[in-house]
Amino acid sequence: MDTLEQGSGKLFTDPSSIAARADFRQKSRAMTEKVTTVSDAVDRLLGDGDYLAIGGFGGDRIPTAVIHEVIRQNKQDLGFAGHTSTHDFQVMCAGNLMGRGQVLARVDNAYVVGLEARGLSRQARRVMESGEVEFTEWSNYTLALRFRAAAMGVPFLPAHSVLGTDTMRHSAARKIVCPFTDEPMVAVPALYPDLAVVHVHESDPFGNCRIEGISVADLDVARSAKRLIITCERLISNDEIRSNPTRTAIPYYCVDAVCEVPLGSYPGNMPYEYYSDEEHIGQWLAVEEDLDEYRRFLDHHIFEVSDHREYVRRAGGLDRLEELRRLEFMETS
Amino acid sequence: MSDYNAMELMVTCASRLLENGRTVAVGTGAPCSAAMLAQRLHAPDLTVFFEAGGVAPQLPTMPISVGDSRTFYRGLMATSMCEVMETCQRGLMDYTFLGGAQIDPYGNLNSTMIGDDYANPRVRFPGSGGANDLASLCWRTMVVTNHDPRRFVERLDFMTTPGYLDGPGAREAAGLMPGTGPYRVITDLAILSFHDQTRRMEVLSLHPGVTLDEVQKQTGFEIAAASELTGTEPPSEQELRVLREEVDPHGYVIGR
Repeated sequence: MDTLEQGSGKLFTDPSSIAARADFRQKSRAMTEKVTTVSDAVDRLLGDGDYLAIGGFGGDRIPTAVIHEVIRQNKQDLGFAGHTSTHDFQVMCAGNLMGRGQVLARVDNAYVVGLEARGLSRQARRVMESGEVEFTEWSNYTLALRFRAAAMGVPFLPAHSVLGTDTMRHSAARKIVCPFTDEPMVAVPALYPDLAVVHVHESDPFGNCRIEGISVADLDVARSAKRLIITCERLISNDEIRSNPTRTAIPYYCVDAVCEVPLGSYPGNMPYEYYSDEEHIGQWLAVEEDLDEYRRFLDHHIFEVSDHREYVRRAGGLDRLEELRRLEFMETS
Repeated sequence: MSDYNAMELMVTCASRLLENGRTVAVGTGAPCSAAMLAQRLHAPDLTVFFEAGGVAPQLPTMPISVGDSRTFYRGLMATSMCEVMETCQRGLMDYTFLGGAQIDPYGNLNSTMIGDDYANPRVRFPGSGGANDLASLCWRTMVVTNHDPRRFVERLDFMTTPGYLDGPGAREAAGLMPGTGPYRVITDLAILSFHDQTRRMEVLSLHPGVTLDEVQKQTGFEIAAASELTGTEPPSEQELRVLREEVDPHGYVIGR
């Protein structure tokens, strides 16, 4: 298939489905219990130089505990998929700003730096404007499609998007001709992350998972990753999974670790559980205006904290979570 | 006629463009308000989509995120980003609303960076998000934005999202789907459309009290009047009441 045009952006991961099959061939299919702590999972499954993908939608159903642990363990030189990555990206950037080295080194951008209607993160902007981080441009759909290609086990997929724009010119996509209709199309390369992390509502000890509400790109993210950490609001029994297999969103054979983290998306939204803590996220954005205050804030909420339970306690605890629960169900308090 | 502010006028203008029985992909803020207003007035069967996967919510209040639980509250489906974008790609999405830091005469948008070197941006913005996909794949793209010469520029620093690219036939030549493209730009001064032949932006409707001269002064490129230039009908009592009391009672978007 002829390439008509080629984006100048760097391809940070190998799109080869043959290479990925060789990796997946080695992956355990044994239905063993995988329940562990967040710190153990991050320690074992994420290495320096790896490419990381985070599930959810920036501030919605995000695996906060793992994101904090990644920068607490000071993992270095990571690649990262920024598909509407908002609060999660803001936290990852903190890893580059504490004088502990460079957590983020390569980013596939579809949406980073902003927190949607809440505004821009000053410190995420600083990281992206520093010249230290390599980045390649995408759109939300083309980046999601890259995970879908990987999940399908094929090296690329075609689409009718991004053609003719600088987004395409600074991507690593290629313009091709459809072999059947002669239409020009964009071809996007499969993205196989080394590690993906997805927060779900329920998982059994083996990693069979249920998600409530929108899935964003997570069904594909989970299937595309060489290794997968699941954090869940609640552990449930394998009997419960078997009572209604229609509800299983991610099967155990994709999963390498299961961590029970109640309130695990906090300060993000968790559908049918709790709404996002806009006061806390607003405070995060505000302290970013002053570097000293920002560092103290990060020490208090991440670096001096042992786990997610303590973070939630420091950020307002169960009293605050009760309010966010009422907000989620839109009860007037 | 009661007083209204610029945002109330823009949301009202946007809502009037949404016909009943159609589909629209929206973000948070003004677009979402416009869709909610249209549903409560002339378009009860307008189906609203959010790119993260929310389909046809009965929006109880304004979402904060395009992926938060409001976007599928009592919805018809809670699905994936690919499903929503592929609904657009199949040709089922009539409208979308976008914004940006810069817009050029052909309706191309920049939401990626300001500066002349991509690798060293003077200001880095979020990037495309879903904007490029929606503008590539939906039938009619509409832009809601404030009108000033720093925003309306002859040349973008970065073309994040396609309008008519560099003129007539350019979208089709690039491989974008025939029959798609920017349709209206709604600002605090006017409603702008695109000339059938040249594909350049022109003034379709002036808001009450605004002159063509004023629009030209606030536009960083030459802009002419459309042959059918008209005046914008101000928001009605009913539009304002529903917008203020039902759509945005806390004033998140309209600022009241």
